[in-house]
Amino acid sequence: MATRSTTLPIPIPRTKDELLLPAFTLWLREVVRFYRQRARVVGVIASPILFWVAIGSGFGTSFRSGANGNQNYLEYFYPGALIMIVLFTSIFTMMSVIEDRKEGFLLSVLVAPVSRSAIVLGKVLGGTTLATIQGLIFLVFAPLVGVHIGLGSFALIVVTVFLVSFALTALGFAIAWPMDSTQAFHAIINLFLIPLWLLSGALFPISGASVWLRVLMRINPLTYGVEALRQLLYPASGGSLASSLATLVLFSLFMFGLGFVMVNRRTTKPAA
Amino acid sequence: MSVSELVGSIPREDTLASPVISVRELVHRYDNRPALNGVSFDVRPAELFGLLGPNGSGKTTMFRILSTLMVPVAGQAIILGYDAAKDPSQLRREIGVVFQAQSIDLKLTATENLQHQGHLYGLHGSPLRSRIREILQRVGLADRARDKAETFSGGMQRRLELAKGLLHGPRVLLLDEPTTGLDPGARRDLWQYLSILRDEEQVTVLVTTHLMEEAERCDRLAILNEGKLVALGTPTELKREIGGDVIVLEAKEPDALAMRIRARFNVDVRVIGGQVRIEKDQAHRFVTDVVEAFPGEIDAVSIAKPSLEDVFIRRTGHRFWTEGAETTQDATKSKARKH
Repeated sequence: MATRSTTLPIPIPRTKDELLLPAFTLWLREVVRFYRQRARVVGVIASPILFWVAIGSGFGTSFRSGANGNQNYLEYFYPGALIMIVLFTSIFTMMSVIEDRKEGFLLSVLVAPVSRSAIVLGKVLGGTTLATIQGLIFLVFAPLVGVHIGLGSFALIVVTVFLVSFALTALGFAIAWPMDSTQAFHAIINLFLIPLWLLSGALFPISGASVWLRVLMRINPLTYGVEALRQLLYPASGGSLASSLATLVLFSLFMFGLGFVMVNRRTTKPAA
Repeated sequence: MSVSELVGSIPREDTLASPVISVRELVHRYDNRPALNGVSFDVRPAELFGLLGPNGSGKTTMFRILSTLMVPVAGQAIILGYDAAKDPSQLRREIGVVFQAQSIDLKLTATENLQHQGHLYGLHGSPLRSRIREILQRVGLADRARDKAETFSGGMQRRLELAKGLLHGPRVLLLDEPTTGLDPGARRDLWQYLSILRDEEQVTVLVTTHLMEEAERCDRLAILNEGKLVALGTPTELKREIGGDVIVLEAKEPDALAMRIRARFNVDVRVIGGQVRIEKDQAHRFVTDVVEAFPGEIDAVSIAKPSLEDVFIRRTGHRFWTEGAETTQDATKSKARKH
């Protein structure tokens, strides 16, 4: 600037990129914030393990399932428990959208020269990263249910967990975006997400369900996440891995699109 | 302190230059409730410009429109040649914005907060690192660079907010009630820093406030009331329009007293908020006459040099802080939207 005096002589070099660098920095913040809050870390790892052991052991004696018919419930429930960890971590990380809005953080992002997609991408990838890591930590218990994972299936498990995380985080983002209270967010989660998980084949297999329940489970995208994981962990359980993964990709893209649409509404209403 | 107190009255030389911010007939409504009703003003280069108004006056709405957070219903806001409604992405690169609400992340360190901000504005690598060091030095936080913002005092957090807004070297800085929640010392520091920015870096500063003493420090002011511009000018100019001093009388029956003073002395007398107000030069003599003329009817008398609040009262016919204002539905509604 010609008019500027000597205090700021050198213009600071800036990129024109309004997507990747902002998305990266939003992603990084999400991850750093999470690990700075130890209680969140402990809660997210400990609660699913307790849940898995408590429910799995409780149902264990009265339940027989699986393709080979002799799988115990703790084994059957394992993929579902993993999906549950992913579900809760994904969705709850997006509560930060509401917190960011309540504080002024979101405002400062909204007035920055960043593409709106960068906001969705950064936040959603942040939540996805956390959820994926939490999900993969749970894989440590795989040997306890007699599963030994090869390198190939591990890679596919990572892909599956990532896709499920991404879709659910994007869903959480889209739900959280227009909200201004975390209580309302909780209410919505209890209303939609618990049934989503219950009807995903995580707790009981599709084959044993009544017809209408089976329809609901088939249209539930989370079912395909549970199925893909079950196929990868217990190859004997059958089904098409490719079609499950393809469904998950579609689910992810749809949810991301939803978040994108939410963020791009620039109106005469207050943005935050 | 003495320096900063003088700052408000230093005349600007470049008043003829084309405006940096140009607001034209701005209109805004929330659902059908009017918030801005045809407001126009210009802000000149390197000016410390104040937007003064009580809660619900429309200043936060104005701030939201200028900072590209919201699109107005009608009218234009042009900053540095960019239309805030039509060309937000270009404008966002050029302006710095400091919100009333806290926008720094308390879980991050001062440096991390600024790194994040820099990345949002396309700054990165070693130029960003050296810029962060420089700006932390300027706001006096260099020694706390590696501490989490949650360990900072309110004043330090505000300075970090300011550093965030200034990091990319904007030519225009917009601040929304930046001193909210600060103690007088921190408040004074912040204003001093704003005048330094204006003087040394020729940054154009627009700041909203509801505090008269802050408004006094601005080069020029726009006073808003119920979505309308009620006054525009330097604090001195605005106060000059009030002839002489301001006399305020407390009485049990203010209306009756006002009528009788009007009849007897042939002066302009107004009753505002249960007080009798008279603008008059040679006020000390006049007061003596009034008190002698109506013995026992006046409970208290005060004489003061005109203040910006007197300007506000003169233009709007009511006091700046009307009793009901905080609790009316409009005010609560606009407050609720704000957060």
